[in-house]
Formats: sequence, structure tokens, C-alpha cells
Amino acid sequence: MNSEQQYIELYQEAADTIKARSCPVMNAVRDEAFAAFSQVGFPSKKVERYRYTDVDAAFAPNYGISLSPLTVKPSPYIYHLKDAPIDVAPYYHHVADAADPLTALNTALVHDALLIYVPKNTQVEDPIVVDNWLRGSAATMMNRRVLVILEMGAEATLIINDHAADKQRFLTTQVMEIVCHDNSRLDLYEIEETTPLCSRFSNVYLRAGRDCSIKHNSITLFNGQTRNLCDVYLTGENTEVTLNGCAIGSGKQRIDNNTLIDHQVPNCQSNELYKYVVDDQAVGAFAGRILVEKDAQKTTSQETNANLCASSDARMYTQPMLEIYADDVKCAHGSTVGVMDEAALFYMRQRGIPESEARTLLKNAFMGQVIDQIKYEPLRQRLYVKVEKRFRGELDKCEDCRLCK
Amino acid sequence: MLDIKNLHAKVGDKEILKGVNLTIKDGEIHALMGTNGAGKSTLSNVIVGNPAYEVTEGTITFNGKNLLDMNTEERAHAGIFMSFQAPIEIPGVSMTNFMRAAVNARREALGKEPLKSTDFLKVMREKRKLVEIDQKLMNRSVNEGFSGGEKKRNEIFQMAMLEPTFCILDETDSGLDVDALRIVAEGFNKLRTAETSALVITHYQRLLDYIRPDVVHVLIDGKIVKTGGPDLAQKIEDNGFDWLKEELA
Repeated sequence: MNSEQQYIELYQEAADTIKARSCPVMNAVRDEAFAAFSQVGFPSKKVERYRYTDVDAAFAPNYGISLSPLTVKPSPYIYHLKDAPIDVAPYYHHVADAADPLTALNTALVHDALLIYVPKNTQVEDPIVVDNWLRGSAATMMNRRVLVILEMGAEATLIINDHAADKQRFLTTQVMEIVCHDNSRLDLYEIEETTPLCSRFSNVYLRAGRDCSIKHNSITLFNGQTRNLCDVYLTGENTEVTLNGCAIGSGKQRIDNNTLIDHQVPNCQSNELYKYVVDDQAVGAFAGRILVEKDAQKTTSQETNANLCASSDARMYTQPMLEIYADDVKCAHGSTVGVMDEAALFYMRQRGIPESEARTLLKNAFMGQVIDQIKYEPLRQRLYVKVEKRFRGELDKCEDCRLCK
Repeated sequence: MLDIKNLHAKVGDKEILKGVNLTIKDGEIHALMGTNGAGKSTLSNVIVGNPAYEVTEGTITFNGKNLLDMNTEERAHAGIFMSFQAPIEIPGVSMTNFMRAAVNARREALGKEPLKSTDFLKVMREKRKLVEIDQKLMNRSVNEGFSGGEKKRNEIFQMAMLEPTFCILDETDSGLDVDALRIVAEGFNKLRTAETSALVITHYQRLLDYIRPDVVHVLIDGKIVKTGGPDLAQKIEDNGFDWLKEELA
């Protein structure tokens, strides 16, 4: 299949409209991005970082493109990119990997973008929350772009929720570019709670300076097909980054997380913990690459991917990768794929706990380790409840949605 | 209470039980002794419905009901409890949540309302005192990081919470020092009512000094070969099993 053709034609037809509804900083790189996309098209499964997801098939259906402007609730630190209080041209499309076909496609088609900007030495106490509502009366493609800038000494917690408000097919591309300047702190939570009709392709690129503390949590509670890429570039010393993931799949859901932590400089620390529970015929994939470059001495890094296949038809692919070019580092990686602990199930059933409840308790316990690490207390408590509901099968729609009722 | 007739069972392809007959009346305590590999643990696992074991022949009736038609949890709801020889660790599931799920599942099966949180914690506190188990263990994951003695004490605590009518103590004395053994056995005795029956599996007389059996059985090679009074246990303690094997030969 060559699904790219319809997007190439779409761009040729709609480019003028998109540009008219967009802003100069986005238009400046648009044609170039389109050229990059049309040259390579969608990546096949032979491309290493896309080997677990059939991109072509996901983009094949005929989606209408949404070109309505974003509704941004007035709140501090959140802006339309066109209203940016600072010059964003040095950042926009400069943090992202311009060669990635999905990033290129997003850059070509996106007409409106969000900026989250925290000025120098500003400590934002309450979390900054972005709720994305997918709405539409027909199959719709959404292209979302987010730029996050934390200036020196800035601190923020950012929660991004993805909901689907209509029982409709949605295809989302997202490119998020994050710049953490020296001595900043970012806790970022991305929580997907959509429907089996949704496909999500998210590329997150994060560049951190020195003395930063960064946490990224990717939580897939309910979805259709999801492919999350998260690339972190450590460009300043003494920065600590944590990438955590919680992925729960059932039915025919697919969840593919692909991460890179690039240690470019010495004395940084990275921790990565991704856990999956896949049930029914769900498919999970995790590929995490830790790259320790030649000069990145005294790097410490721990990467763990632990997975529970709760049914014999569920599939899990795992690929932890360590690539080390420095000689004085402390790095470890490990991955496990297990099944339900039969001895524990029997023990619980002997005590009268019904088998389905026993399974729920075990799955919940398994995922608890990731949720335990969530720093923002109210979110942690909310996720304990949500994860448990998810395993009980009570979370088949985004319950927070006022719109879904 | 429990009536086992001509019970045959296997694990995988291996036949372990080869025609066990056993009747336990209300309020009776039976001890089951036997050589290693004779099938003592198989018998207890078959009674509680461990899916790893397959019954090929025979019947088990529990208070008039066909036990073999019931799944593991239904047997538990009917009042059967097994104290495990090697209690299982369940990381990430707290003792409190585990116990609440078990207690409320049984209550639901019996048509009762689930216990309110405060009532449940009160019951936990009372039963905990009965078997002298530390509160701090209740906040931990099930059996995780428990010593051998704490695990066995925890089994008796769970028994206290679930108030079964028929208990199997599967080598509850193994790995226990004298003091722990006394506490566990005394805990069991405190929990007993006039109707409670038990099957006590042990290699040693010592446990039977605390939990006095009414009847003692000897299981060898998948069959009960001898049944007698408490003096049979003492005779085995003194002389081993060889004289029995000779008697059979």
C-alpha cells in the first residue's frame, strides 16, 4: 500500500488554507517538512523504529482533516503558538527529528499549535493541565503540535489528557517539542483514555540542559492503536531523567512505545521503567535505547521493562538496548515477560477470592509499581482508582468526559 | 462433614492417590501421617480443588454436597480452609486488601452484605491479637518478607478471619521453632468450635501434643493403610514406618 499518496494530494490541495489559518513561524518550515515527507513516505516495518507498528495501514483509511482552531482555555503559561510571548523560531521544529516521516507529516499539516511557556525562575505550583478532546461527526484526522519551554530555573508539572468524546474513528498525530533549560524541573504526564476506534501517533522530543530534573510518564489506559515515541537528549551535566510507562491493553488494542535516552555529556542519570499488562488479543511492544556517547563518562542508567501476558493470545515484544561508547559508566537493562502466577491465583482462590477478582488483584499489583512512582499525589491517587477500574473492565469510556455522557 | 470414597488422583501422568477412603465427622480432628511422597499433600490439594491435580476416580462429599462439582473458591465459601505448607508470596497485594477481598467474597457467597471498612478493620484487629501477629505485617504485601514463623502464623490469622468449618493444616509445624509452634497451635485451638473439624498433616508427634487428634491415619503409597487412636501417632514417632510396611507385606 501507499497511503502517503492521499496525504501528498491533501497537502497540495489544502496547503494554502492551512497556511492562511496558521502563523509565520509554522509556515516557515512547512514546505520543507512536506518535501521531507513526500520523499520518504510512511515508514515500513523494515525501518527499525517502526518495526512493531504498521503505519501505512493506520493511515490508509480516508480521514477528514480538522482545520478548526484550537480552543485554548485562558490560563497562565498556555498560549496559542502565534501569540507566543517569546521568539519561538529557534525552537519550533528544531528540537524534533525533522527526518522522522510522521514528524514531517505533522509539521506539514498542522495549522495551530500550543505553547507552554514557563519563564525564568518561575515555580508553577499547581499542575498545568491540557485536556485534548477528540470530537467529530465523521472519521477525523487531528494533527497536534505542542511546544514546551521551561526557562532557566523554571519548575512545572504538566498533565496532558487525551479523551475521545465521540464514538468515531480518530487518527491523531502529535509532535511535542520540549526544551528544559539549565536547572529546570519538569514532571510530564501523558494519559491516554480514548476508544478502540482511535489511532495515536505521538512523537515527543525533549532536550535538557544541565542540573535538570525530568520525569516523563506515559500512561495508556484505554486506546485503539498507539505508537508513542519519546526521545530525550541530555546536553548538560548533572541532569536526571526518569521515563516511566504504564500500558494496559485488552481486546485488540495495540500499544507500542519506542524511547531513546541520549547521554551526550558526563554525569547524568537516567531511569526507565515501562510496564505492560496485555490481555485478550492485545499486542504490546517496547523498544528502549540508551545511548551513552563517547564523552558521557560517569553516566548511570537503569532501564527496566516488565510485562505480564494475561492471556495466551496476547503478544508482547520487548527490546531493551544499551549502546555505550564511554568506559566509565554504570548501566543496566533488563526485560521480563511473564504470565499470571498460578500459585498466587490458587492461594487467593483457596481463600475464597473468585478467580476473576484474583486476576484483577494480581494485574493491579503488577502495575502498582509504576503508579507508586507518580510524584503528584492527587494524580497518583486518581490513577490507582482508574487502573483498578480498567482491570475490572469498568473503564471502557473516558469517565471524566462531561461530553461522553 | 467430609466423606471421601475410593479417591484416585494424579498430577500430570503420575497417579498419586490410589483409592483413599476417609470419613471425618463434625467436630473431629484427624491426623494424617505418612512417608515422604505418600500423597499427603496431594490429598489436601485435591480436597481444596487445586487445578493442578486431576481426580480420576472416586467421590468427595462435604456436608452432603459433591465437592468435586465445585471450584476452588466455592469450596472455600462452603467453609474449607487449607493452611499451606509453603504460603505464597504475592508482591503488591497488601494483606489488608487481600483479606478484605477474601472475607467479602465469602460473605457475598453466603448472601451477606460486605463488611463496612471500619467493621472490617475492627475484626482484623481482634483476630490479629488472637494469633499474636504484628500490625506492621498487615501493611505489607501478602507473605512478602515474612519469616517462616510469621508466614505460618499468618495462615492461622487468615483462618481466624474466614472462620472455616473444616481446616486442613498441611505440615503447619514444618520450619517452626517450639515457641512459634505453640503459638500457632494455641491459635488454632482458640478458633475451634464444637463443630469445627480438621485434618492435620504432620510428620511429627510434637504438633499433636498441642492439637489432640481423635483419629490418626497413616498414608503410604496413595492409600490409607492404618487407622487408629492417638497412640498410633506415638508408635510412629517411636518406631517409624517400617513396622507398618512389614505388616502390610
